[in-house]
Amino acid sequence: MADINTNRIFEVISQHENELLDEWVAELAAPGGRGFPVADARAQAKEFLGLLTDALRRGDGAPNGGPAWAPMRALLETVSSERGTAGFTPSETATFVFSFKKPLFARIRRAFDKDPEALFSELWTATRLLDQLGLLTTEAHQKSRDEIIRRQQEDMLELSTPVVKLWDGVLALPMIGTLDSQRTQIVMETLLQSIADTGAQIAIVDITGVPTVDTLVAQHLLKTVSAARLMGAECIISGVRPQIAQTIVHLGVNLGDVITKATLADAFRVALQRTGQSITRPVAAGAQP
Amino acid sequence: MSSPETLEIRTEPDIVSVRQAVRACSVSIGLSLIDQTKMVTAASELARNTLQHGGGGQARLEILDERGRKGVRVTFEDRGPGIANLELALRDGYTSAGGLGMGLGGSRRLVNQFEIHSEAGHGTRVTITRWK
Amino acid sequence: MDARIPILKMGPFLLVTIQVELQDQLAMQLQTDLTERVSATSAKGVLIDISSLEVVDSFMGRMLSTIAAMSRILDAETVVVGMRPAVAITLVELGLKLSGVRTALDVERGMQILRARALADGANEQP
Repeated sequence: MADINTNRIFEVISQHENELLDEWVAELAAPGGRGFPVADARAQAKEFLGLLTDALRRGDGAPNGGPAWAPMRALLETVSSERGTAGFTPSETATFVFSFKKPLFARIRRAFDKDPEALFSELWTATRLLDQLGLLTTEAHQKSRDEIIRRQQEDMLELSTPVVKLWDGVLALPMIGTLDSQRTQIVMETLLQSIADTGAQIAIVDITGVPTVDTLVAQHLLKTVSAARLMGAECIISGVRPQIAQTIVHLGVNLGDVITKATLADAFRVALQRTGQSITRPVAAGAQP
Repeated sequence: MSSPETLEIRTEPDIVSVRQAVRACSVSIGLSLIDQTKMVTAASELARNTLQHGGGGQARLEILDERGRKGVRVTFEDRGPGIANLELALRDGYTSAGGLGMGLGGSRRLVNQFEIHSEAGHGTRVTITRWK
Repeated sequence: MDARIPILKMGPFLLVTIQVELQDQLAMQLQTDLTERVSATSAKGVLIDISSLEVVDSFMGRMLSTIAAMSRILDAETVVVGMRPAVAITLVELGLKLSGVRTALDVERGMQILRARALADGANEQP
């Protein structure tokens, strides 16, 4: 984006800062707009003007890039997140910036009313400037929405990795879907906490429902096994399909002495054995002993 | 940025104080229990290094707040002999003379950001940061 | 005041519960006290309960390994019990291996391990 020549705008604004502030606040408080509490609006508008004149004084190019605009960007992010939290829409928040246009344009017209060329040029400059600033608030809104979604996804992840008690002292963690680094970490923490809470000796991590495993995930699983061992419990990884076995070997991941079984049933059998338990079939009446 | 807190590391009990202070900072910004534990453990390792290899020094704790994102930063500084071979020291399993592991490589894995400046004869400065 | 970590005798085993942050002196004292008690009581096993510890760093880890090594020379097995999940995850990330140290979930499980070992030893001693 080409640099905006803001020298003359700077003069207009800095010479009439107080009047501009008053007129702007009046615009913000006008009926038809959603009422910003006047005290807040005034304080933020004042800060905005201060930062605006600062940045303009340094003539440092466009609001999107120049380092001189960093404090302004920070202010707009604050304004955005406050309004966003208070339930204002992105448009309503952007209006905070755009409603400055009217008082500013009025001043510019008065300053350049004898010079149509300059008038047009400055109005164009002013509108480009304020458009960029207004859009920054919209972007900030977007960012905080994304943050909320991310956090909700995290919560969902936690809920979608249930740890079940298979038997006395035996826990099972069926994993379904693609595993990414973050999810595997949450799984690890949930499993270890369950081991501590239930006093289980064996935890079976079943990956039947996992289509692929990459190096990072394999390492996380190994770390889970190591951590469980430090706590005094043993982990068995079950549901290892041929493709995954191939991937693990190709990736050069060293499983060490981690027990792996093809099926959950096999893993369960081992778990029973290790915990000194067994399931007996009752003898049918009349059958030979 | 909150005002930094500086702790002296001259004795064994000072290591415990550093741990407690880092724990308090981590709790105040709402770090999860696991992240707290990682940060405090890393701080413990580095504080011990400062004491035993650096001949004593300081730990400076800061609470960070950048664009709404909170974090904890601890800087360990000493005027000790410095580390001649940084690469070696950061390698896993490295043990300096005296049989005491320096714990640098491991500590690095426990935090989000890890910076180290050290020169033989001029001391060492290690900065660790954990973000929420 | 010379604070020491108390060592309890439970049959042929010794139980140590670490509840405070162990510093150099206290740690050294514990090592000395434990080896003396193991020897004096011909203990067959040592249980170290770390369920109160929120942080275990490499110093503590080395101390546990040292205790295990010293006890083994005196024919006693060491079991560390009650490690918290956060501590376990951190130790794995730190890359610390507690060599020569067996672990169990709690004191009860730890005792089971020690008893099983004592039984096995007893069986081996049968002429």
